[in-house]
Amino acid sequence: MNFQTKLLAGLIAASSLAGGAALATGSGLKAEPLPQHKVPVSKEGNLVVGLCDGVTSMEVEGVKDGQSMTRDQAQAVSTALMAEWRRKNPDANWDDVPPPAKAVAQAGKPKAPGTPPAAVDATQQKPSAGGAVKNAGQSAASGASEVAAQKDANLQTGHTYGAFSERDEKIWADSTQAFVDEGHRVFHDAAALGGTIAVSCDMCHPDAANTHPETYPKYQVQLGRVAMLRDMINWCIQNPVRGKPLGDDDPKMKAMEAYIYARRKGVPLEFGKH
Amino acid sequence: MSNKFKSIETKYYEERQELFDGLKRLDRRAFMRVAGASAGIVAGMGLVTPASFQLVQVAEAQDNPEKPKFTFAYISDTHLYEQKLNDRFVRSILKAVDDVNALDPQPDFVLFGGDLAQLGQAGELKLGAQILKSVKAPVRMMVGEHDWFLDMGELWRELFGEPTYSFEHKGIHFVVLNSIQEKDFWTERGLTPKERMQIVAGLDNGIQSRFEVGAEQRAWLQKDLAKVDKKTPVIVFSHSPLYKYYKPWNFWTDDADEVQALLKPFEKVTVIHGHTHQLLTNRINNIHFHGMLSTAWPWPYAPEGLPSFTTQMNRADPFSAFDGCGDGRMDVLEAGLVNKLYNLWERNPITVRASYLASNGKKDAPPRPKLPTY
Repeated sequence: MNFQTKLLAGLIAASSLAGGAALATGSGLKAEPLPQHKVPVSKEGNLVVGLCDGVTSMEVEGVKDGQSMTRDQAQAVSTALMAEWRRKNPDANWDDVPPPAKAVAQAGKPKAPGTPPAAVDATQQKPSAGGAVKNAGQSAASGASEVAAQKDANLQTGHTYGAFSERDEKIWADSTQAFVDEGHRVFHDAAALGGTIAVSCDMCHPDAANTHPETYPKYQVQLGRVAMLRDMINWCIQNPVRGKPLGDDDPKMKAMEAYIYARRKGVPLEFGKH
Repeated sequence: MSNKFKSIETKYYEERQELFDGLKRLDRRAFMRVAGASAGIVAGMGLVTPASFQLVQVAEAQDNPEKPKFTFAYISDTHLYEQKLNDRFVRSILKAVDDVNALDPQPDFVLFGGDLAQLGQAGELKLGAQILKSVKAPVRMMVGEHDWFLDMGELWRELFGEPTYSFEHKGIHFVVLNSIQEKDFWTERGLTPKERMQIVAGLDNGIQSRFEVGAEQRAWLQKDLAKVDKKTPVIVFSHSPLYKYYKPWNFWTDDADEVQALLKPFEKVTVIHGHTHQLLTNRINNIHFHGMLSTAWPWPYAPEGLPSFTTQMNRADPFSAFDGCGDGRMDVLEAGLVNKLYNLWERNPITVRASYLASNGKKDAPPRPKLPTY
């Protein structure tokens, strides 16, 4: 264990919650497969379509598995699935979808949800049994049933993601911070970056200065094409750092992106700006 | 460069590289030759380039009666690793040595501004000492924190002598300071010398203490200056800026105010510092400050605290290993102040004139950059 990893371990230990620590440090940093919605198999061999809530699914009659649906059939299926989800979550709040011009301009405050939150029995928010997500460890359901029991909790019930506990929020904040901390480590360590000439990112970018992640994607004149932040990270790894480029799903790439974005928190998004 | 696309800027800079090389050694005959080359570039691109403005400025300078008394050159912040590990920074210092050796007339001496090594290791310092031997003019050495904190200056002293000294040269009193002393942050933490060095080498770690000249050296300075006439121009070399710029990155000297107080009685004081790797200009009362360029890499400007006299240089092109880097020359004027020429390797050279600072920024402002800076 070198000195940097000692420091990192210290930071994580200090910021972790009892109970949340294993989750916070264990998840995200390793390239683990994301949980998948395993839909049931149709007895007739029909196509089965799953909803993104991870538990709702339906058979499409007249369409065999492997065949493709027509546009009308697809519309009918999505309408039916949505209706089923609405039936299960009668008080869910949908954020209004902003019109395109507004979305680009990134209007400051999000609009208040259309329907006022109504009191809902917490058990109603629990995903029904049998879903793969529920068994995949950290899930939308963790601690949710206890939320209503928390005294003086200022609950907004009926959220699309379901209710979540303070513990959930702590775990999420800690695991995100662990991601940023890992990014900080890689950013400051030529060996971790895979550099061959002992040059690390912080030598030109203290505190990730002059990385301006909020301007990506943008046309990168020197590359002659539009680049994402990760394209420039990889360019720097290949050239000044003289290492091998990282894959898009490389945990080190993700962690460095997290660190760079974390350093620009509160800076307005101005994609495309030079 | 390994990418197959060359930016417009890169092509543009390449086209003018030869022109700039010529500009550095300009006499009457060379002026005509370079003027021809410039006209060719202007015609070829079909537009008026900054290169043509540059020529006009130089042509004016030819007839300028404000003759320098003498010049000295500088190379700074080379941050060498051993060559087998990293040849990039070695190529940079060699480029700077070539630049300085090509100066005509030759400078009276070359000031090395500190941070010769990256991690203070014997191989790094010795490589630097070896390369600097090929400089034709005499070399004056200053210490930087990257040279010091592995063995607390033991090898540096062995190679280059004491880091604090003064000398007279053609009527100017020169002082070289070791301004990179830090309070002990390592003993309590039980750090090894290598770990201590690694921490000092990082700008944004927040663990190290801030730089200082220290009481002992301030006492030495007071004694040294006591024998100097107040009308004698004083030029101080210091690795860290002798003022407070941005604390989180240690662009900062904790006892700067005390040192400034010692320099206050003198009429003409110039402080030349390394460490910040950027075009940096400041004036506090009678003291004129100039930052030196690095040959290794440019630091970004800090998010706050930038002195108002500073005209920022453009954000460096990451696609060019030399952009934002360079070396330079100081023309010490009869009046005792300096015109500072920043020889930016991939850009127009920039001169920050004594008259710019003396007039509180009203006269001879350096050219503003064309691109926005983050």
